[in-house]
Amino acid sequence: MKYYVLIKMVPDTVEELIIGADGKSLDTDAVRPKLADSDEHAIEEALLLKEKIGGDVAVVALESPEVEDALFTALAKGVNQAVKLTGDWSQLGSLGAAQVFAQYLAPDGQLSADTMVLLRSQAYDDLEGEIGPCLAEKLGVPFVGVVTRIVPGAQEVKVTKEFAGGLRGEFVVPLPCVLGIQSAEKPPRYVPIAKVRAAQKTAKIEEVEGVAPEAQRAYEVERMYLPEAAGRAQMLEGSVEEVADKVVEVLAQNSLL
Amino acid sequence: MSQGILIWTEHLRGQISEITFEMLGLGRQLADALKVPLTAAVAGANVTALGSQLGMADKVLLVENPALTLATAATQASVLQELLHQEQAALVLVGGTNVSLGVGTVLAARTRLPYINFCKAARVEDGAVVATSQLFGGKVLADTRLAEHRGIISVYPGAFPAEAGRRAGSPQLIPAAVEVAPSPVKFVQFIEPETGDVDITKQDVLVAVGRGIQSQDNVALAEELAAALGGAVCASRPVIDQGWLPLSRQVGKSGMTVKPRLYLALGISGAPEHWEGMQGSRLIVAVNTDPKAPIFDGAHYGATVDALDLLPVLTEKVKARKG
Ligand SMILES: Cc1cc2nc3c(=O)[nH]c(=O)nc-3n(C[C@H](O)[C@H](O)[C@H](O)COP(=O)(O)OP(=O)(O)OC[C@H]3O[C@@H](n4cnc5c(N)ncnc54)[C@H](O)[C@@H]3O)c2cc1C
Repeated sequence: MKYYVLIKMVPDTVEELIIGADGKSLDTDAVRPKLADSDEHAIEEALLLKEKIGGDVAVVALESPEVEDALFTALAKGVNQAVKLTGDWSQLGSLGAAQVFAQYLAPDGQLSADTMVLLRSQAYDDLEGEIGPCLAEKLGVPFVGVVTRIVPGAQEVKVTKEFAGGLRGEFVVPLPCVLGIQSAEKPPRYVPIAKVRAAQKTAKIEEVEGVAPEAQRAYEVERMYLPEAAGRAQMLEGSVEEVADKVVEVLAQNSLL
Repeated sequence: MSQGILIWTEHLRGQISEITFEMLGLGRQLADALKVPLTAAVAGANVTALGSQLGMADKVLLVENPALTLATAATQASVLQELLHQEQAALVLVGGTNVSLGVGTVLAARTRLPYINFCKAARVEDGAVVATSQLFGGKVLADTRLAEHRGIISVYPGAFPAEAGRRAGSPQLIPAAVEVAPSPVKFVQFIEPETGDVDITKQDVLVAVGRGIQSQDNVALAEELAAALGGAVCASRPVIDQGWLPLSRQVGKSGMTVKPRLYLALGISGAPEHWEGMQGSRLIVAVNTDPKAPIFDGAHYGATVDALDLLPVLTEKVKARKG
C-alpha cells in the first residue's frame, strides 16, 4: 500500500495575527507558520496504517515558508519519503492546489489501486473550501471527510466519520480513495528535536517542480479585518488571588456556591 | 432565469438539521433584498415529510431517492448541480457542517462558481452579496463580494438564528427528477455517542479545559475544582485528541452541545467549532492568558491569568466558601 499525506502550513493562531498593508490578507512577516492540526493527525494515521499492514508513506507539500521543517519532522517520525512541489503558490486557492496535487499523484489521471491519499478535513484558512473532495473529484476516486478511524481491508477500507453530538457513522470506501482525516486513532507521536536535526542531516526532501494549475481563485477578498470586540466579557483584573476571589464572588452572585 | 437562491437542505436520521433553518432565515433575508425566489431542495428518503417543514421557502424541490441519504459529497453535488441548472439559480447555500462537508466545494469545482467558506454574516450591497467569513479560528474576518450574487456559500453553524427560518405553512412541493450514478461509498451503520462515565450534557457546572491546560497531569487540577463545585470536567478537541479525556467529554461541533448553568473555560481560545457546543451556557467565565482570545467576545466574565496558577487557588477558595 502507498499512503500519500498532503500537508499544509497554516498561521499559528497562538500568535497575534496582523492584517497586511493591502487590507486583504495577513501580514505574512508577522505570521508564524505551523502544520495544520489535522495534517498532524493525517501523518499519524498513515504511520499507524503502515505499522499495521505495511506500505510506504510519502508526505507531500506545496512549497511554502517553513514547510521543510514539517517535512523533516515527518521524516524523523518515520515516513519514507518527503516531497516538496516547487513553484510560486502564494496566490493559489484550494481548487488550484487540488489540481497541482492531482497532477503530481497521477500525471496520467489514474491513481493506482493500492493507494490511499490522506489529508486534513479542513483548515481554518480554507476560504475556498476543502482540497480533499476536489482532489478526489479530479482523480475520479471516492472521498470521505471528518474521518477518525480507518480499518484497512484488501480492496476497501472501513472508515468512521464524525457527524455531531458524538454521533458517528461507519462507511465502506473502495480503494483507491482520498480521506479527510479529523483525528488519528492515537494522538500524533512526539519526536525529539534531536531526531529532527538528525533527519535534516541524513534524509533528503525531494524537490519536484509542480505543474501550474488551470483553476484560478474564483473569488477575491475585499477586506480582511479583526473582529470588533462586541459584547466583550467583563474582565476580572488583578493577581491570581484577586481573580480567584472575584470568580468566587461571581459564582456566589449566580447562586452557584 | 430565476436568479434565485437555492438552499441544500441538510437532514440526518429523518430530522431536518438546525443548520437548514439557519440557512432558510438567511436565505429569506437575502432573497427579499434581491427580490428573487427562495427555493429549498431536499434529497433522500421521505422527502415530502421533510420538505413540508420548510415553510420559509417559496418552493421546495423534492428528490425522492433513498440512495441519496448519506451519499458522498460528490453524489450530493451532482443532484445540486442538476437542480441549479434546472432552476437557473444564482446563489447556493450549503451547511458548513460535518454532514455537508465537501458538497459546496465539489459543486464549485464543477461549475467554477466562487465558493465562500465559513460564512457568519451576509448582506446585499448594490445587487451583490457580500459574505463575511470567520477565519483562523475566529480571529480574523474576511469580506468577499459575489458579483451578481452568483456563488456558493457555506454557512457557519450557529452564526444565524434558526428561529428566523422556521415558518409553519405549506410550501409549494415540487417533485424533481434527477438521475445519479450509484455512490461507490456504502453506509454501514451509525455509531451512537458514548455517554461514558459522566453525561456532560446533564451537568449544571462544567469546568472545561483546552490546549492551555498543557498536559494530562494538569487535568487533575480541573477535576479537583469540578469536584469542589459539584460539576464535571469537559474539554475542547485538542485535549480529547491527545487522549487526555474520553471522547464523551468533548464539547463542540463534533462533540456534545452543553447548556450548563456555569461553563468555566480554562485555556480555551473560543474557536467557532468549540463555541458552537457551549454558546447556550447560562454563565460563561473564561480564563485565558491571551487578552485577545475570541472566547472573551462571548464570555460573560473573563480573566487573563494563567489557568494553571489559578486552578489550585480557586479550588481552595471554593472549598472555603462552601465550608
Ligand atoms: C470539522 C471540525 C470539527 C471540529 N470539532 C471541534 C469540536 O467538536 N470541539 C472543539 O473544541 N473543537 C473542534 N474543532 C477544532 C477547533 O477548530 C479548534 O482547533 C479547537 O477548538 C481549539 O481548541 P483550544 O481552544 O483548546 O486550543 P487553542 O486554539 O490552541 O487555544 C488554546 C488557548 O489557551 C490559551 N492558553 C495557553 N496557555 C494558557 C494558560 N496557561 N492559561 C490560560 N490560557 C492559556 C491560549 O492563549 C489559547 O487561546 C473542530 C475543527 C474542525 C475543522
